[in-house]
Amino acid sequence: MREVDSETMKIVVCVKQVPDSWAEKTLRPSDNTLDRESVDAVMNELDEYAVEEALRLQEAQGGEVVVLSMGPSQATDTIRKALSMGADAGVHVVDDGLHGSDAVATSLALAKAIEAQGADLVIFGSESTDARMSVVPAMVAERLGLPQLTFSSSVAVDGGTVRTNRVTEYGYDVVEAPLPALVSVVEKINEPRYPSFKGIMAAKKKPVQTLGLADLGVAAGEVGLGAAWSVVAEAAARPPKAKGTIVADDGSGGVAIADYLSAQKFI
Amino acid sequence: MSLIMSRRDLDFLLHEWLDTGALLQRDRFAEHSRETVDAILDLAELVATADFAPHNRAADLAEPRFDGTTVHVLPGVGPALRAFADAGFLVATADASAGGAQLPISVFSACMAWFQAANAATSGYPLLTMAAANLIRAHGTPEQVLRFADPMAEGRFFGTMALSEPQAGSSLADITTRAERQDDGTYRLFGRKMWISGGDHELAETIVHLVLARTPDAPPGTRGISLFLVPKHLVDPDGRVGERNDVVLAGINHKMGFRGTVNTAPVLGDGAFTPDGRPGAVGYLLGAEQRGLPIMFSMMNEARIGVGLCATGLGYTGYLKSLAYARERTQGRPVGAAPGGPQVPLVEHPDVRRMLLAQKSYVEGALALILFASRLADDAETLPDPQGRQEASSLLGLLTPIAKSWPSQWCVAANDLAIQVMGGAGYTRDHDVEQHYRDNRLNPIHEGTHGIQALDLLGRKVLLDHGAALGRLVARIEATAARARGADQAGTTPADAGGPALADLLTSTTRDLVATTAALGALGDPAATMADATAYLEAFGHVVVGWLWLEQWLAAHGRQGPFYEGKRAAATFFLTRELPRVGPMLALLRAADRLTLDLDPDVL
Repeated sequence: MREVDSETMKIVVCVKQVPDSWAEKTLRPSDNTLDRESVDAVMNELDEYAVEEALRLQEAQGGEVVVLSMGPSQATDTIRKALSMGADAGVHVVDDGLHGSDAVATSLALAKAIEAQGADLVIFGSESTDARMSVVPAMVAERLGLPQLTFSSSVAVDGGTVRTNRVTEYGYDVVEAPLPALVSVVEKINEPRYPSFKGIMAAKKKPVQTLGLADLGVAAGEVGLGAAWSVVAEAAARPPKAKGTIVADDGSGGVAIADYLSAQKFI
Repeated sequence: MSLIMSRRDLDFLLHEWLDTGALLQRDRFAEHSRETVDAILDLAELVATADFAPHNRAADLAEPRFDGTTVHVLPGVGPALRAFADAGFLVATADASAGGAQLPISVFSACMAWFQAANAATSGYPLLTMAAANLIRAHGTPEQVLRFADPMAEGRFFGTMALSEPQAGSSLADITTRAERQDDGTYRLFGRKMWISGGDHELAETIVHLVLARTPDAPPGTRGISLFLVPKHLVDPDGRVGERNDVVLAGINHKMGFRGTVNTAPVLGDGAFTPDGRPGAVGYLLGAEQRGLPIMFSMMNEARIGVGLCATGLGYTGYLKSLAYARERTQGRPVGAAPGGPQVPLVEHPDVRRMLLAQKSYVEGALALILFASRLADDAETLPDPQGRQEASSLLGLLTPIAKSWPSQWCVAANDLAIQVMGGAGYTRDHDVEQHYRDNRLNPIHEGTHGIQALDLLGRKVLLDHGAALGRLVARIEATAARARGADQAGTTPADAGGPALADLLTSTTRDLVATTAALGALGDPAATMADATAYLEAFGHVVVGWLWLEQWLAAHGRQGPFYEGKRAAATFFLTRELPRVGPMLALLRAADRLTLDLDPDVL
């Protein structure tokens, strides 16, 4: 077990820029990937909880919070938001070769970037609102050989140990692991702070490092649309809602409803 | 898309029209950039949406309650104000040396548009507090700043402006609250105040009232008025809140709208509390004796633009809500359509579109007016050359009564149309627009009534100034018109090629206004000159907003897409359908009509 000096503990928080959850999303006709141009981009909501938790740990016992994001150039807005909440520095993994990466490829690029940072604790939001797979934290932990403490509703660090409450269907498990470790958090864990004027002004002066595939030592063939394990062959817009069936009740309405439900295999 | 405010319009006005990027180059704003301005506007939207809007209706339905001792306000108000303070909005424009962010006033106004539109009543508390703190900072002693303004900047103390009395509202010359000087340099105050917003509550550790009063030897009239700082609790030199001061409430006022802001009737020096063992509200002089009114009015530009901004926010959100309703709600068929066919959304009817376009031209025109006035306030402080600063200051002085009164009139009219668009639904409390209308109806009344603004504009800002500031305004209007005439005729649409026609409408009305001003000045009878000052104010306001619509038309010129087409349509609507209202008003003024001047009150 590695003893971590809490005052120099380095926390890396992974954040993702996603299309506004409430906006209508479309695929780009050219390659069936998400059209990021046509919708407002925001920080994935659960990642705000991850940033908040990192800041609380830092406030409680010192150390440094680095925010890491992989995404196109506009993802700097999301890094800046985390910096304006209080994170100390940012790392932006950006490369045209990453376009269309699936979860497996994403976990590779993130793992390489985290490795370069030398993190004592890595924190993720437990899923993103656009992909909703919840697999990237586990994949990154596997690649880095770190203990994974997922779905955490509380996180405490004591010396070289991290202890979390892992939410389950029936309550929660108390899980403990030596540092370095990887944690993913659920929204029950805290109430994320707003940025503040002071944070926004300070964020301008905080360092943001930009890394490409070459910097990470990742080969172009390992990531991107070409390396994806699945292919979106075709997509069609959901058909508009059809007009409902109207039954005029001449005494046989009940039977008509039963016939309808039966035809739909509800009864 | 938010139904509170339009970020797209704010960005257009700040960046595509007012060139805020150039403003940010000035030394005072060195810490700011497009990036920080965007992030701060995001923050305003977030706090307004998440913390201010949700209790807007609840605060209207459960208005503040006075139990004979204390006022209780809705529980949601306190956390919202804490979020506002924690984010840094209370000190947004303040100097860095005072813990402020030195944000341009124009950008701050854009932020406040979100809060006003989300919840005007809750926004009232921080606005009063900021105005009072700014006044203490500008005119107080270092000790007063430390003891009172600094805790206000942190949101620990709140502030009020206590001017009016039961017998003296618009006529401040007639206030009678007495301030007696004590041997230790403090004062004891005795009297009654009225219409004091935020006069009591438990939202803060204490409340700092800025009170106008007379010293015993003061001359009558406005020149005998002094300004005092009267806290609800005495505050130790080390900042601890101590004993209750002799300020209590006679009661609270029950209003038509704006109910979330408690409105009070305070009593000073009635002996309800006896600080240091005797009755009398302990007060501290701000500035010098008998200089109270000029000090209070040094904040009046800011306060009056703030009222215009509140009116604008309420008008704007009502427009957005009625527009969303008109797009959704189907009702009736187009003229000539076969009966029995599908019904169309309200927005498909030309008369509904008229009401929406009228609202758009009022609320977007008002927002442009407020941001322009706010930019002048920035320019008056930060332009590099003294002459530029002086010109901005004089133009701001001229336009302040317009910035206060025009939105207060026309954004109430917009709320009226929002209700009309929504029909019976708009008249019910199931929808927000009836509350916006009631809330907004305050704005032509407070901080100097509509009629007072008219006297200020015509008497003080135009005639006493011998038309100097007016001349500078007219030169700017003519310059805009010249640019519109010269704008590339190969526009993207017919509306985009209409610059010369719109410019001609504006300049002919402006020249009419100038001629009318000269005629009024030459009447030789002040009573006759001022009798219809309100018609002058309203005509003047339409000319100014018409000018700003032509400015917006130019900023949108050559740009394509629904947003810019909307700007052109609203500019065309305002200049072709609204500006012509001015002609009969100016004709009335030139005719020196004496109907109201000579009217025997007994015949009414």
